[in-house]
Formats: sequence, structure tokens, C-alpha cells
Amino acid sequence: MNILDTLRNLAMESGFAAFFVTDGGWKNLVMIIIAFVLLYLGIAKKFEPLLLCGIAFGCLLTNLSYFVGMGENALYHPELWTAFLDEASPYYHSYGHIMSNAGLLDFFYIGVKAGIYPSLIFLGVGAMTDFGPLIANPKSFLLGASAQLGVFFAFFGAVLLGFSGPEAASTGIIGGADGPTAIFLTTKLAPQLLGPIAIAAYSYMALIPLIQPPIMKLMTTEEMRKVEMVQSREVSKKEKILFPIIVATFVILLLPSTAPLIGCLMLGNLFRECGVTERLSDTAQNALMNIVTIFLSTSVGATMVAQNFLNLKTAGIILLGLIAFAISTVGGLLGGIIMYKTSGGKINPLIGSAGVSAVPMAARVSQDVGKKYNKSNYLLMHAMGPNVAGVIGSAIAAGFLLSVFGG
Amino acid sequence: MSDLVNISVGNAALTAVLGYAVVFFGIVLLCGVIALSGKILSSKKQPAAVSEPTARMAGRPAPGSAGELKLYDTDPRDAAMIMAIVADTLGKPLNELRFISIREVKEDEV
Repeated sequence: MNILDTLRNLAMESGFAAFFVTDGGWKNLVMIIIAFVLLYLGIAKKFEPLLLCGIAFGCLLTNLSYFVGMGENALYHPELWTAFLDEASPYYHSYGHIMSNAGLLDFFYIGVKAGIYPSLIFLGVGAMTDFGPLIANPKSFLLGASAQLGVFFAFFGAVLLGFSGPEAASTGIIGGADGPTAIFLTTKLAPQLLGPIAIAAYSYMALIPLIQPPIMKLMTTEEMRKVEMVQSREVSKKEKILFPIIVATFVILLLPSTAPLIGCLMLGNLFRECGVTERLSDTAQNALMNIVTIFLSTSVGATMVAQNFLNLKTAGIILLGLIAFAISTVGGLLGGIIMYKTSGGKINPLIGSAGVSAVPMAARVSQDVGKKYNKSNYLLMHAMGPNVAGVIGSAIAAGFLLSVFGG
Repeated sequence: MSDLVNISVGNAALTAVLGYAVVFFGIVLLCGVIALSGKILSSKKQPAAVSEPTARMAGRPAPGSAGELKLYDTDPRDAAMIMAIVADTLGKPLNELRFISIREVKEDEV
């Protein structure tokens, strides 16, 4: 055994050498720096840390272990998933091929690919959400719908930028400001864009307190912002139990493609409200939610392979994502202004911006901006109505796009 | 199918408008169904509430109580402030906390 040859082989097989000897190895270095930046944003700046830390670390692990032509020790293998999606490949839709060649993060990613994690996250979100403010004031639903404007605006913008239909649909859904919905739709329509879309969605959700207030000030008058709303009526237990059953039945019948998301969201909410499944509700809200978040975030981060991520399309997605968020805010505020006018000034239009989903961040922004102009104004509970309506609205928008482009 | 993959600008505009309309259609119908079910359920509740003696109403939650939170002798503004303070002190988002009731503690109860 030649010690020098052994040492040389070890050095050449190391990731340090791979940065320089493999095709595009330098791109891995760039992605590792991006992962560090995302970790910094998650930990130091607290940008959606529960998701961003996992996404950033998944990105780090993938780019430390996968280099073009040196995939044997990789935790995630993009070529396996390319073959999985290629109709001409003998491994088209073959989970067996994935399982027999997979790295750890490939196994995790199966849950994303099969649409399991986003649906389970929705189960937890449903168990955590009090739909009382929405039931008390069903008109809030309309604000949740009008705030989906950014989804379709960004979809159109993406087509103008040369994205294919499914890619444009996945990019547009960032405007729904709902991470699991964006991941669910992108996995179905344009899995190669999952990394940048998830990063854009979660980053902009964290930046809502910076993105929304200037638009809110621009679109409303001081008089509008000062409006105090009367407290909502009391919602009975029976109404709260019936709500998830009615919504699931109605929305799934209307758009069957929304079944995984709406079904799980409403099942979680039924666990919360029915009063006889406290243990299940508690598990869905805490243990299950946390476990799934770990798998979802690391596997989404794993898709940020240098060769797929560092391109102009990613820049386009980041730009369109911001536009989508801004236009969705505009849509929600327009809805709020219309309701302000039609109600004779009884509805504060600031609650409209909460229709962009991003629970509860957007509702808190409505509260903060309202309070700034009227110290005795408490909009939080009123804004929670459009906020949770936005979750349902973005799921319907995703269902529509899936039924059109998921063919 | 390839028409949808390589979608034209005209088709994209049509899809966007149609999609927004579908979201509104679904939500408007849902809003109507929820409002209707709320009216039916609250109309069933009303007669019992009217027949209760006023004296027994004193210890009941304020008529404006929203959701599950019951307010006893507490102004809604004070309640909102208390909830905000609790959330801030605990460092938890408000939607992760569950307030059951807020009751003013009278001096003679202390």
C-alpha cells in the first residue's frame, strides 16, 4: 500500500478538492455561502426561524455532499428525481429506484414529492387556528379572496418573463403568502423550482412588516386608518364544529384538487373544536407539526442544488415573489376600501391587507398600523378573519392552478 | 397540454382572470353558506336568551365576547391590552395562546 497514493486519493475525493476539480464545483461554494446567509437571517434576524434554519441547513448539507460526477456519498441526488419525472426514463415514477439509490435527504424528500408534509403542516395549522373571527364576520372571506390578486398577477408576469405555464403558476402562488401551499403546488407542477420558491415565500413572509405598511399608507387615508370597528358577535361551539365540516365539503366538491390541503386544514380544525379529541389536537399542533417541519424544511433546502439554483430563473422568482406579495396586499386593501365605502365607514380597510394569509404576521401588521393612527384601535381580532380566509383563498387558488396545469 | 406548458400571453391573461374569478366565486359561495348557517344557528339560540331573567345575566359574558374568550366585567379594550401584554411577556404569538376568560378581580375579592 502506497501511503502517498492513499493520501492523494483521499485528498482528491474530499469536498475541498471537489470545489476546484468538478464541473461547476465553485457554484457549491456560492451555495454554501448562501446557506450561511440564510442561517444568519433565521437565527440572528429571526426570519421564520423554524423553517429557515432547516431549509438553510438542508441547502448546506446538499452542497457539501453533492458535486457533479461525485454523487456516491451525496445526501440528495437531483439526477434520481430528474429520472423520476422524465416520462422517457425507465425509472419514471419509480420510487423503488429512488429507495435503492437514495441518500438520507432523498428519503426525506419523498414526503414532499408525495405531498405528505405540506398536508400534515396544514393539519397542524388547522388545529392551531381559531376560525371564530371569520365565522363571526363571514364577509371577511371576501378580503381573503381579493388578496389573491398577486397570485394571478405574478403568474401573468412570469409568463411574460418566459416561464412555462406550470413554472409561472408555481411562481405566482408565492403571492398567496402560504409556505405549505406554495411547496405543495410547486412539487406538483415545477419541482425543479422548489428551492427558490420556498426561499422566496418564507423570506417575504418574514418581511411582511416591512413590505406591507408603506403600501397600506399609500392606499388609505388617515381617516380610514382611524376607523374603530365594533366587536364581533359571539360564536357558538356548534358553529365552530360545523365550520370545518361545511368548508371541507363545499370547497372539495367545488375544486377536488384542493382536497389534500383543505381536507387536512379542516380535519385539524375539527380536532380542535369538537371537544372530544383534545389529545389529537394537541399532537397535531405540537409534536406532529414540529416533526413534519424538520423533514419539510431540510428536504426543501436539499433541493437547492447549485446547478439548479444559480440561474436567472431564481432571480426572476425572487423578483416576482416580491411583486406578488405587494400586489396581493394591494388586492386585499382594495377589498377593504370597497367594504369601507359600502359599510358607510364602519370597516377599517387596513384589515384587508391581512387577507394575504401569512398567519398571524399580516394580522399583526394591520393591528400595528391601525394603532399608530388611533391609540384606542384594536384591529387584531377583526384582521384575523381575513387572515385565516386568506389560507382558504390561497388553497383555492392553488387548486385552480393545479387543475389547469397539473393535467 | 403543450399549449399550457408554452402558454401564450393571451392565454395566460385569460387564465389569470379566470383563476381570480374562480377564487371569488368559491369564496362568495362559501361566505353565503357560512353566513346562512350562522343565522340558522343563532336564530335557534335567541328565544332561550330572551327568556332568561336579567339578574342571571349579570355574571354572564359580555354580549360582545368574540370567539371562545369570555369577558366578565371587563372592557373589550382592556381585554385586548391584557392579551397583548401576556403574549408579549411570554414571547409567544397571540394566535398560539388560548385565552378562556378574563374577569375583573374586585377589591373585596383580593
